[in-house]
This record gives sequence, structure tokens and C-alpha cells, in this order.
Amino acid sequence: MTNQMNSGNERVDLAYRRRKNAEEMRHQVIAFVLMILLTLIAFAAVGYEEFSHWFVIPFILLLAGVQVAFQLYYFMHMSHKGHEFPALFIYGGVLVMLVLVWAFSTIVWW
Amino acid sequence: MSTIARKKGVGAVLWDYLTTVDHKKIAHLYLISGGIFFLLGGLEALFIRIQLAKPNNDFLVGGLYNEVLTMHGTTMIFLAAMPLVFAFMNAVVPLQIGARDVAFPFLNALGFWLFFFGGVFLNCSWFLGGAPDAGWTSYASLALDSKAHHGVDFYTLGLQISGLGTLIGGINFLVTIINMRAPGMTFMRMPMFTWATFVTSALILFAFPPLTVGLIFLMMDRLFGGNFFNPAAGGNTIIWEHLFWVFGHPEVYILVLPAFGIFSEIFATFSRKRLFGYSSMVFATVLIAFLGFMVWAHHMFTVGMGPIANAIFSVATMTIAVPTGIKIFNWLFTMWGGSIKFTTPMHYAVAFIPSFVMGGVTGVMLAAAAADYQYHDSYFVVAHFHYVIVGGVVFALLAGTHYWWPKMFGRMLNETLGKITFWLFFIGFHLTFFIQHFLGLMGMPRRVFTFLPGQGLETGNFISTVGAFFMAAATVVLLINIVISVKGEKAPADAWGDGRTLEWAIASPPPVYNFAQLPLVRGLDPLWLEKMEGKKELTPAEPLGDIHMPNSSFLPFIMSFGLFVAAFGFTYHQETAWGLPVGILGLLITFGSMFLRSVIDDHGFHIHKEEVLELEKKGANA
Repeated sequence: MTNQMNSGNERVDLAYRRRKNAEEMRHQVIAFVLMILLTLIAFAAVGYEEFSHWFVIPFILLLAGVQVAFQLYYFMHMSHKGHEFPALFIYGGVLVMLVLVWAFSTIVWW
Repeated sequence: MSTIARKKGVGAVLWDYLTTVDHKKIAHLYLISGGIFFLLGGLEALFIRIQLAKPNNDFLVGGLYNEVLTMHGTTMIFLAAMPLVFAFMNAVVPLQIGARDVAFPFLNALGFWLFFFGGVFLNCSWFLGGAPDAGWTSYASLALDSKAHHGVDFYTLGLQISGLGTLIGGINFLVTIINMRAPGMTFMRMPMFTWATFVTSALILFAFPPLTVGLIFLMMDRLFGGNFFNPAAGGNTIIWEHLFWVFGHPEVYILVLPAFGIFSEIFATFSRKRLFGYSSMVFATVLIAFLGFMVWAHHMFTVGMGPIANAIFSVATMTIAVPTGIKIFNWLFTMWGGSIKFTTPMHYAVAFIPSFVMGGVTGVMLAAAAADYQYHDSYFVVAHFHYVIVGGVVFALLAGTHYWWPKMFGRMLNETLGKITFWLFFIGFHLTFFIQHFLGLMGMPRRVFTFLPGQGLETGNFISTVGAFFMAAATVVLLINIVISVKGEKAPADAWGDGRTLEWAIASPPPVYNFAQLPLVRGLDPLWLEKMEGKKELTPAEPLGDIHMPNSSFLPFIMSFGLFVAAFGFTYHQETAWGLPVGILGLLITFGSMFLRSVIDDHGFHIHKEEVLELEKKGANA
């Protein structure tokens, strides 16, 4: 939609934007490598017979949470400016769902 | 494509409406179809009251009564109140925030047609064996047992389709309000109705998915051999109740928050005063929405959740009275010291306060879990939710109809007839439902098709039936008013002379592009602000230029029609050979048209500056 810059000139601050893009690319590659690593760890945790389920399940859920954060913040640009509303609605939805689950698991059924 | 207005034939007008993506025409569509479903639901209500007019009546017996009462509730909530709310959101919100349309005009049309075909599908059940008969809540234990005909399948699939439309509409308004406000229109300068729409849309976004999940489970159980709600096979019938009410309670606020928004506009306009406590109104609206998610189990106190759950949900429910109370006092203080003009919408607004407060008070009574064991499933509950929904939502919809009719259609509704409608409806409403509190306390159960003589219930029920006919008469007067308004007085831009918000700054009805130049908003109630400084119109925020518009499209209609066909196929797929192929054909139609939408480039068109100037000149003369 509308360009946020004051000037319509595409070449304004080209050097700055190149540096910025390169930096972002680096972050994405690092996040990507980490995500693959986390996936491998998850597979290993499930595959290793010695670990009990009581350890493995919370552990891979935790890894999944980290993956979601990487996905949102590094690949879907939620760390950038102008993503306050998506963040508000994601956290709002998570809050409502957590309260629901919490209510079910504490007062409704147990 | 030319935008110069000219006389069109019936076919051309019809085609125009079938393909329109203009928020103002979609508002007309919502208003007309919601209105028709409202009449249908009203007719069903009359049948219920005729059956209960005297003891041992046999006008509607047993199963048929169950069908009528189920369809009355379902129709009124999903097919009348919701679309009528959407009608006003569509007609007004883009104008109030100074936008040329909603963010996704195509999706807006899709949302309407999905709702429409879902509603038509649901009502087809009347002609195909029988309507749903498990109550509007369709509790799984009843719904899975309703095996005589396909009624409940029409409920699940029909609501699934129209629910999809509502979800699309809600998301559309969220994006519109976040992204398309005119320059200067900060969040805390948005009119109260826009705020209500924003919060309501967020509620829709979070509340409809549980309903969707519940309906899918029910569909699986009934049509595809699932066992989600079947305890004999390891399912749990209570899950439906939870899913339904996790949706169902926010749904109440989805209906009533826009109603609050409509009344906030009306109170400020006709008290000719700024809305009292604007920021606390916004706060209260958001708080009601948030708390609305924490109280669903108060519909299930007698299910046996135990004293701890009942106590917590009981207290949580009572806290909602606090933000609602804030709102009530703000409205009263808006009127206090104002120069009040008693127009028809203002009549509804003033009558709304005591009527709705009565519904609220019985609400707090019902929230007391221990007492609820007495009220549960009696006419006391029926009286309570009709006070809230009729005294709150329907009053607001009627008020909104009178208030925004000139903006939507360019003609004033007759004030005398409007006041007659109001008095008939107001008296009829209290006559019908006030007495039902006492019928309930005397022990009359809801959803039962008859009662016996000699139990002291005759007089109360007869009075209630008389009241229902008053409301019917009011509706007839409103229809007459609408018909004669075609030749009625032409409405100027500021139709009531006291408009405060942006919609009253442009012609009635607005030109297709709404604002020739987007306005600069300098404060809350921007039009009032400019008028107080002696100006006739708003300061433009941009030079006059070509205006980009979206193209009309027939695809939303076809996409929705595909789901309509598919729903028929899947309903009958178990006992007929044609069911499955028809179901698949329907889905192919839907996905095929989605594919077309993806591959065909549609860049819209421009209305050129010269055309805009010409149209503006015409609008000024008219």
C-alpha cells in the first residue's frame, strides 16, 4: 500500500537498506539452521529409548514453542515495526485459549 | 465502466446486486435478507404464542412445536440479528472512519452470500421432511437422538456455511478499522459504533472457531459415523455444551455491543452533546468483550460441574454488570443537561435503558448459581434473555433502522408512523415478556408445548400472547412506513440536522466512492467540530484525483452456491446414491471459482477526476 517514506525516490538510502537486508538474511539463515537443529534434537529425544515420556513430551513441546517464536519473529517479520496488531491478536487469542484450557483442567473436569 | 447514474431495468438492478462488492449495497442486501428472516422468525414466535394462548391447545403439537421453537431461536439469532447488525456495520463503519470501502470488498460480498445461502439451506428443511428440533442450542444428547428426519443436519451444515460468512465479515472489519481510517482518525477519535464494531469483530474472530469445531463434530457424528458425543463409544456429550457456550456467550456480546454502539450514537446526536465519558465507554466495551470469554459455563450450572466451578463462573458473571453499569450511567449523563430531541430513534434509546437494565438485573439473579437451580429451564430464563435481546438488540436494530435509513436509502422514514411503531412495539414487548418472569417463577418450563388448566398459568400466557400481536402490529406499521418512504421526503446529507460523525458529511445516499476527497479528522465527532466552527463541510486531507475502485464480481455468489449444493449432497449421502456425487460437485464449484479468483487478474478501475466532479455537482443539487 502506501510507502511509509517521505520521498518517492526508490534509491534513497540504498546503502542503508542493503546493509539492513544483508543483516536480516543472516538472521534468517541462523534461525533456519537452529530450527533444523531443534527438529533433529526433537527426533533424537523421541528416538532415544532411555528417556521417559514424562520428560520427552514436555521437552518437545518446549522445542515446538521455540520453533513457533522463530517462525513468527524471524520469518514472518513480527519483530519489525508495524506488526503490533498481529502481535496483539495472536497474544489475545493465546490468552483466551489458555484461560479456557486452564479452566477446563482445574475447575470444570477435575 | 461508467458510474454516471441512469435508470436501470429490473434485471440490471438484480444483476448489480448479485455482483456488487460495494459496502453500501451489501448493507442493503444484509438489511433486506436479515429483515425477511426477522419476519420469518417473528411468524414462528407468533405460532408459539398462539399455541400457548390457552391450556391444552392443539395448534402446534409435539414435534412440530419443537421444530418451530428451534427455528425461532436459530433464525432470530443467526439469520436475523447477526445480519441486521452486519447491515449497519457495512452501511456505516466505512463512512464513519472516512474510508472509500472496506479493506476486502470481494470478501465482503462473499461473507454476505455465505450467510445468505446458509440461511436458505437451513430453511429448506421445512420443505424436506422437517426442521431441526433440538433447540437453538442443539445439545448433542438431543441432536443425536433426532433421527426422524434430517432437521439437525440442516442446522449443522446451514450454520457452518453462514458462520463462515460471519467469520469472513468479522476479519474484514478488523482489517478495515485498523488500516483504513482517514488521516487524523486516531483510535480514540473513532465513533462509538465503530469501536463497538471493532471489538465485536475481535469477538467474532475468537468465538466462531469453537462453534465451527462443535458443528464439525456434530456433523461427523450424524453424517459420517463419528462418536465425539456418543458416551457409549467413549465420546462425551457435555463437550458440545462447552463448545457451544464458549461460542454462545460471546455471541450475546457480539449482538449487544453493536447495539450499545448504535445507542451511543443516538444518545449523543439527539442530546446534541458529546458522549459522556467516551474513554470509559471504550474501556467498558473492551472489558465486556474480555469478560465475555470467561463466563460460558454459567449456562451450565445444573450440568453438575461442582460447587467450585459454579462459584467461580458465578462471580465472573456478576463482574460483567460493572462495565455494563458504567455504560448505562454514561448514557444517562449524556442526556443530562443535553438539548434532547425526541425523534423515533431517541424513543427507542430512552426505552432501551430501563428495559435492558431489567434484563441485566435478572441476569445477575440467574448468575447466582444456587438460585439458578430454581430458575433453570423455566420461563424466567425465557423472560431474561428476551429482555436482553429484544430490549437491547432489537430495540437498537429498530432505532438504527430509523436513524440510518436516510443515509442508506436517501429518504426519510415517516416520524409519526415511526413513533406508532415504537409505542406498539414497546408496549407489546413488555406485555409479552414481563409476565413470563412470573410464569417461570410459578414453575412453567420452557420448550414445552402445552400446559394444563387450573394451575394459574392461563391469564399470564394469554396476556403474553396478546403482547406478541402488538409487536406483530408494530412490524406491520414499520413495513408500511418503509413502503411509503419510497415517495417520502428526500434526505439531505446531514439528515437529522444534528449529525456529529463523518457519515453525515456526505450525500444521502453516498456516491459510490463515498468521499471525493478523504476528510481530515481533527477530533472526536469531526463533523460537529467543523459545524461549531461555522464550516459547512470537512477539511479535505488530499487533492481531488482519480479514485481507484474494485470491479464487481459474480464469483462470491457462485462460491457460496457451491457450498449450498455440497451441503445438500452430504446431508443425503448415507441413504441415496446421488448424495456423494452432488456433494463433490458442490465442492468442485466452490473450489473451481476460488481457483478462478486466484488466476484471473483483477485490477479494478478508476473513476476519473472529471467524473467525480460531475457526480459531486449532481449530489449537491439533489
